[in-house]
Amino acid sequence: MLADRPITPSSLSVKDLPWQIAWDKEKCALCGRCTAVCPVQAIELGVFRKRLLTPSLDPKQQTGNTFATWYGVRQKTDPAHRCVGCAMCAMVCPNDAILPMRSDEADKLRFHINQGGQPRNRGGRRNMPGGILDRIKFTRISMLTDPALDAGRHEFELRTLLGRVLPPEQNLRFLRENGWIPPVRDIYPLVIGGMSFGALSPNMWEGLQLGVTYLNEELGLPVRICTGEGGCPPRLLRSRFLKYVILQIASGYFGWDEIIHAIPEMKEDPCAIEIKYGQGAKPGDGGLLMWYKVNKLIAAIRGVPAGVSLPSPPTHQTQYSIEESVAKMILSMSMAWGFRVPVYPKISGTSTALAVLNNLTRNPYAGGLAIDGEDGGTGAAYNVSMDHMGHPIASNIRDCYQTLVALGQQNELPLFAGGGVGKSGNLAANAAALIMLGASGVQVGKAIMQAAAGCIGSEADRCNICNIGQCPKGITSQDPRLYRRLDVDDVAQRLVDTVLSFDTELKKIVAPLGRSTSLPIGMSDAVGIDDYHAAKRLDIRFVV
Amino acid sequence: MCRLFAITSKTPLSPMVAVQALDVMREGHDGSGVGLFLRDLGGPFEEIKDAPILSGIFTDAGLKRLDAFMMDIGFMTKYKITIKVPKTTPPGVPRRDVYLIRAYEYPEEWEGLPAAELERRLLRTRLQLRQMGEEKQDMIVFSFWPDVIMLKEIGDPLTVARYLNLDRKELRARVIMAQGRQNTNYAINLYACHPFFIQGLATMTNGENTAFVPIREFLSSRGFEGYIGYQSDSEVFTHILHYTLHSLGLGIEAYKHVITPLMDEAIAAHPDAIMLKHLKHSCRRLIIDGPNCVIGCLGDHSLFMVQDRKKLRPGVVGGRPGIYAFSSEVCGLDAAIPDRDKSKDFQPMHLDTVIVGPDRQEIETCSQIDPLPRVA
Repeated sequence: MLADRPITPSSLSVKDLPWQIAWDKEKCALCGRCTAVCPVQAIELGVFRKRLLTPSLDPKQQTGNTFATWYGVRQKTDPAHRCVGCAMCAMVCPNDAILPMRSDEADKLRFHINQGGQPRNRGGRRNMPGGILDRIKFTRISMLTDPALDAGRHEFELRTLLGRVLPPEQNLRFLRENGWIPPVRDIYPLVIGGMSFGALSPNMWEGLQLGVTYLNEELGLPVRICTGEGGCPPRLLRSRFLKYVILQIASGYFGWDEIIHAIPEMKEDPCAIEIKYGQGAKPGDGGLLMWYKVNKLIAAIRGVPAGVSLPSPPTHQTQYSIEESVAKMILSMSMAWGFRVPVYPKISGTSTALAVLNNLTRNPYAGGLAIDGEDGGTGAAYNVSMDHMGHPIASNIRDCYQTLVALGQQNELPLFAGGGVGKSGNLAANAAALIMLGASGVQVGKAIMQAAAGCIGSEADRCNICNIGQCPKGITSQDPRLYRRLDVDDVAQRLVDTVLSFDTELKKIVAPLGRSTSLPIGMSDAVGIDDYHAAKRLDIRFVV
Repeated sequence: MCRLFAITSKTPLSPMVAVQALDVMREGHDGSGVGLFLRDLGGPFEEIKDAPILSGIFTDAGLKRLDAFMMDIGFMTKYKITIKVPKTTPPGVPRRDVYLIRAYEYPEEWEGLPAAELERRLLRTRLQLRQMGEEKQDMIVFSFWPDVIMLKEIGDPLTVARYLNLDRKELRARVIMAQGRQNTNYAINLYACHPFFIQGLATMTNGENTAFVPIREFLSSRGFEGYIGYQSDSEVFTHILHYTLHSLGLGIEAYKHVITPLMDEAIAAHPDAIMLKHLKHSCRRLIIDGPNCVIGCLGDHSLFMVQDRKKLRPGVVGGRPGIYAFSSEVCGLDAAIPDRDKSKDFQPMHLDTVIVGPDRQEIETCSQIDPLPRVA
């Protein structure tokens, strides 16, 4: 730095950044791959000058200076080019000469990442590791009173129902009298949550669809995938694979012109329609696809011009009140498919979830309720929404389930829980915990991205640049130079691996509890937690 | 693990037949208690088949409160059995004031009521008495129903039976269910002791019900006053049976489809596939998942047995025309009906429901893969 370099309030040193690049001159081959791969150009070629003192003990020789010049990697410090810690530089370095290191103290960048009055906008997840789900243990182990089941050898039928289930008396009566029985789907309790075509790269989307198809058709696991709000490719709409897909409609209605027009040509009904009213990562805020990612293909599928940001409104434009508009929307969607497809709303976790639930219990066309907790992920949102808004999923689901029990409608209106399931890598344990608290199934996004595509984002604010389309793994990018890094078949293969291992782990959890023939929804006597207040709140056992 | 024994016989038998069969199987139970259900009674009750019989255990104060309560409604005592017990109680058996078995004459206003209403009122009366007893800890009520006697006590079954002198003419019955109880899960409480009874139906279960909590929540939220209690995880089996027969209007053949539905592939191949799929979906909350053998008695005096989906508990049925027994183990059957054709003994497997009808002529079996009888 020059001595007269001006220092502004937002002048940061490397020390002030959350990620600092450690670079080893000795190992560096100066190949330039790291600077080329960096998604945010945080590093550049650096030319370094070093003064070499040449002292001499020989009085005849003059003592003096020489200057050497060498080349290396220099880290930029302006907020726009801060290192995001993705470590792609380390991944491509042939000599392991470079690595981003987490700062040993809270960064100062956070105070300056609002240049021009623009609050920080990013993708990813809530920057808060851990959570209550990881602390829930399965404590009711059958051993002598009841032999534990064998997860490897006994028969298992761990399925769940999506759609409105009638009370038994009514169901049998309608069956006799030819009454209308709401459509119900028998599905796997792990649903791949709504990640749109646009938020995800074409390769990622195709890989997930391929994996889901393989799981269904070759392995007999009825895993379903939700489109998110971005429409659905026309060929998929007209294929038999549509039955594995939950079509999402949200406040921007992106892609729905295409979908509605495809209805007469659909060979199969979709699995369900999800009406998104809220999202856990950014409650009360609409979806957002930033202009970087709106290329011609995305624009065509969504029915919008290319190159503009696509912020969905925070709420549906037609929404006036829950009594009217939600009911009307559920009815319209049901009607579009001749009442053969379950329709359910998805809301973000909120302390007002019970009001929504109570309303839905009185609506015979409501096929369920999905709740997305504060740990849900997103392709783009304001940092403040992600980190500070929303409701934890565990108590939200538990309250809803217990309300349904009080009404005698548990499992008639299935609850699906999302937001942070598998956040710390404990996908099956988190899912099982939520199921035993009362969820009929879980919706998973980030954990699938991490396992199936190698997403490197973390709760320590690593990477999290899904919003600008520079995903270094090609998962959330629309730039072919980036997304060609992701092989469609590899994603499918990894998804299958992930679901199969989830299935085995789920069996390893429920079998010792003595359950195998039905998913233990609401089996709250099986779980405990080492926090007295959490146990009280969730109405489960306090164990230490 | 508990041990179960049930017998149905053309000629009335002493309850000791069942208790002795339990005693033969004593290696399989810890002798912590005994529950008896007697129906199709012989002896003096033969003449008063329609009179509701109240069975329970009362303190002296409780008995006074009972009398006042029953008189108030208009019930008149028609017949009673007095069980006089020796001064010293055997080890492990609590001292009780009164073991009550009392037949009543219906109140005048109840005459001519439709059967369903009468059944509702009998249930309500039993529940009221139970609640009164729980308030002051002075009454325990097991059943209040015509032609049904129930007896439960803590202690070794044979010791308790001798102590109460159960081998008496008045207690002879054509249908007897008995359970040697082990209480592993919950505190010793007679309301946790099998068999359980509701509106003419009784069942007892061997094994733990791992899906107990969700099932209890479902039953409790039906809005039916009789679905209470649940001191034992096995009580839900009785109530599921009641729900299946009374609320769903299905037959005993459907009971197993409710508690242990077929796998989806088997349903798809079943002649009643559509109905069974709907039953499985809407009754999903009643699916049991534990290792259980359920023996029960229906309103028409049929006895039945079903096993869990994985058939993890023992159970055998055998006998000859006129007398059949259901037992956890073959040795219990041997003790009660030694002279039978053992080659005809039947051990129901994961799909079977075994029924011996009121005529006691044969063992009927129905498999879940069979078509269901046509419901009118």
